[in-house]
Amino acid sequence: MTQVRRFLTNNAVSILFVVIGVLGLRVSGLSLPFFLEDIVNRLARNSFMVLSLIIPVLAGLGLNFAIVLGAMAGQAAIIVVTHWKIPGLGGILLSILLAFPLAVVLGILTGRLLNRARGKEMITTLILGFFSNGIYQLVFLLLVGSVIPMKNDVLVLSSGVGLRTSIDLTGGLKNGLDDLLRIPFPVCAAVTGIVLLGVYLTRFFRRRSVRLGKMVGIGLLALFLIGWGLFQVYTRSMFNFVRVPVGTFLIVLGLCVFITFFTRTKLGQDMRTVGQDRHIAEVAGIDSDRIRIIAMVMSTVLASIGQIVFLQNLGTFSTYGSHEQAGMFAIAALLIGGASVAKATIGQALLGTLLFHTMFIVSPLAGRTLFGDAQLGEFFRAFVAYGIIGLSLALHSWKKQMQAREEARRSV
Amino acid sequence: MQYDNKKSQTTTMLEQILKKIRSFGIPRIIIILFLLSLWISAAFLSIPFPALLSDTFVRLGMNTVLTLSMLPSILVGTSLFFGLPLGIICGLLGGVMSIELNLKGLTAFFAAIGFSIPLAILVGYGYGLLLNRVKGSEMTVGTYVGFAFVSLMSFGWVTLPFKNPEMAWAIGKGIRVTVSLEGRFSNVLNKLWAFELYGIKIPTGALVFLGVMCLIMGLFLRTRTGLAMQECGMNPKFAKASGIDVDRMRILGTIISTILGAIGILTYAQGFGFLQLYEAPMYMGFIAAAAILIGGATLKTAKISHVIIGTFLFQGILVVALPVANTVATLGSLAEISRIIVSNGIILYALAQKGGNE
Repeated sequence: MTQVRRFLTNNAVSILFVVIGVLGLRVSGLSLPFFLEDIVNRLARNSFMVLSLIIPVLAGLGLNFAIVLGAMAGQAAIIVVTHWKIPGLGGILLSILLAFPLAVVLGILTGRLLNRARGKEMITTLILGFFSNGIYQLVFLLLVGSVIPMKNDVLVLSSGVGLRTSIDLTGGLKNGLDDLLRIPFPVCAAVTGIVLLGVYLTRFFRRRSVRLGKMVGIGLLALFLIGWGLFQVYTRSMFNFVRVPVGTFLIVLGLCVFITFFTRTKLGQDMRTVGQDRHIAEVAGIDSDRIRIIAMVMSTVLASIGQIVFLQNLGTFSTYGSHEQAGMFAIAALLIGGASVAKATIGQALLGTLLFHTMFIVSPLAGRTLFGDAQLGEFFRAFVAYGIIGLSLALHSWKKQMQAREEARRSV
Repeated sequence: MQYDNKKSQTTTMLEQILKKIRSFGIPRIIIILFLLSLWISAAFLSIPFPALLSDTFVRLGMNTVLTLSMLPSILVGTSLFFGLPLGIICGLLGGVMSIELNLKGLTAFFAAIGFSIPLAILVGYGYGLLLNRVKGSEMTVGTYVGFAFVSLMSFGWVTLPFKNPEMAWAIGKGIRVTVSLEGRFSNVLNKLWAFELYGIKIPTGALVFLGVMCLIMGLFLRTRTGLAMQECGMNPKFAKASGIDVDRMRILGTIISTILGAIGILTYAQGFGFLQLYEAPMYMGFIAAAAILIGGATLKTAKISHVIIGTFLFQGILVVALPVANTVATLGSLAEISRIIVSNGIILYALAQKGGNE
């Protein structure tokens, strides 16, 4: 009983959003295959970006609103690659390569700034995001064409200075990664089930895992996925039209594996120590300033790739707006998954992305059905995104204050 | 020997000058130089200087009260008042009510302030309670509480039962995104006792109004409560030891900031000629914060003079940047971009200073 209660209180936010999502889905009247297609696409689009937030949390830097800088680096690279007209996978790889040095430099600068603004990391990254947006606009709205030579009728405004407000990636990078391999959803579910079963059976026979309940649960899930998938393929249902961009998901999976292994390396452990207690870290001989800079560099680089993955999926972007909300939406998604300022896991990131985008899909439709106005649903969406960030920041800070008071009482 | 002495003297003098410059703040010097260079280029481009100065005065009248709302918050120790949108929304509600009651002129303006103050006290009290629970993260929490409140009020603007056709959309529900104040209280302060001096239009009423607000604030800060409030910001532990209820003072400071935000947006609106609803209040807190920081405030200290100097410098830049940019080339967005860079740059500078609220 206490276990159930603890589960409920610890996951209150995520449970609330599951309820909102399910209710919203029913009210919106979306059919399941249609919804599934949308959500699969959005998961492919946004997961990478949300995952890029985990490392700074590990290092005790809190939620990194400055992934906006990484997003800008990615976007700048995409603009260059689009200008050079390099399409498809090659273009995507090149833009990742181009964004890399820029993201590293920006990450180092951000890290150094944060070392000067200790204890105020989050507000600093937030304002830094706004600030760098100004620099970004200065470069792409005023300097391109006037100082930086660029001749391109499609990208540059008719005055010859500044980029157009939206850039279409069709025929360029659009779906360069997604279209590598697309598999119908039921097939994908069945394959996932088989892989899952395989992994856990080998683990079982090597006697790595001990908990029987978890084993049975995963086994049943795997069998269900296989059965459901095969059944859908057999009946040729609507679900077969949902085509999963496997390549993108493999990259996301790769990042998950990387983060898992990274936390077990020496550097990862040092990062965790710095995150938990800077003074202990210093005593243990860890250069906390350096570790914090490394964490920011990694996050910024990952965010730059994240934005490239994001935009190739979307296929078009607003030159001066797409990066702006990347940070906020990713952070809201992570928090909805149950993460906090001090702790974030891969599972929370993925669950949060799923729940956040479910709300994104259903809220305008639900708003229209409930209030006769889709706009209200959009206001609701914005309110939830801002509100959830404000709320979890407040709760975290309150908890810390209570802990400090408790400790003070105990020491007396 | 003598020579050496002289040399050391000159170096100490140099050091002193450097020290003075440093205490004056390098970004402030950059901003003053930037404004001067803009003025000089304006002169070369034969942009009429009196018109620029007139505009700067009008903007000073519009923005100073908003900047002033940062002051109590900084002094009481809750740092920059990024919850400003809360106060602004109270002010906007007051403005909308005054139009709904069909009031006109100065009556409408002061009635709007009158309506908004009780709301601001209520909201400020609640916000103050919240801030007492999140000591040390007031700015981050405040920013997002402000954002959330803005989007929550977007519901309000659509659904609140205001009937006046002036404010409603021609089709659909709710109040317009911008409500014109023409014939209501547009420019009521700017036109009050206005006169011209060497071609510079002085919006006397607006300047007197902001003078009165600053005077009230200055007097309040000298009262016992005011001094106690400042003590909380400077040294909360000492304040507690000397019997001041720190949490209550923080709530009081937050309430005053919220009220000033409400009055501030109404003075802004009378100069601008429109009430801007929905998402417009979202980023106004950052502009006001930047202004007081440009004036010389830090995250922990501020004076009334900082409010006025900062608003003058910041608005001065914004006023001149647009015509200068437009004459040099069709760089219409330069003013907006320099606003973003200057305002956020100065906040970043303040955050990166040692001795903040760690």
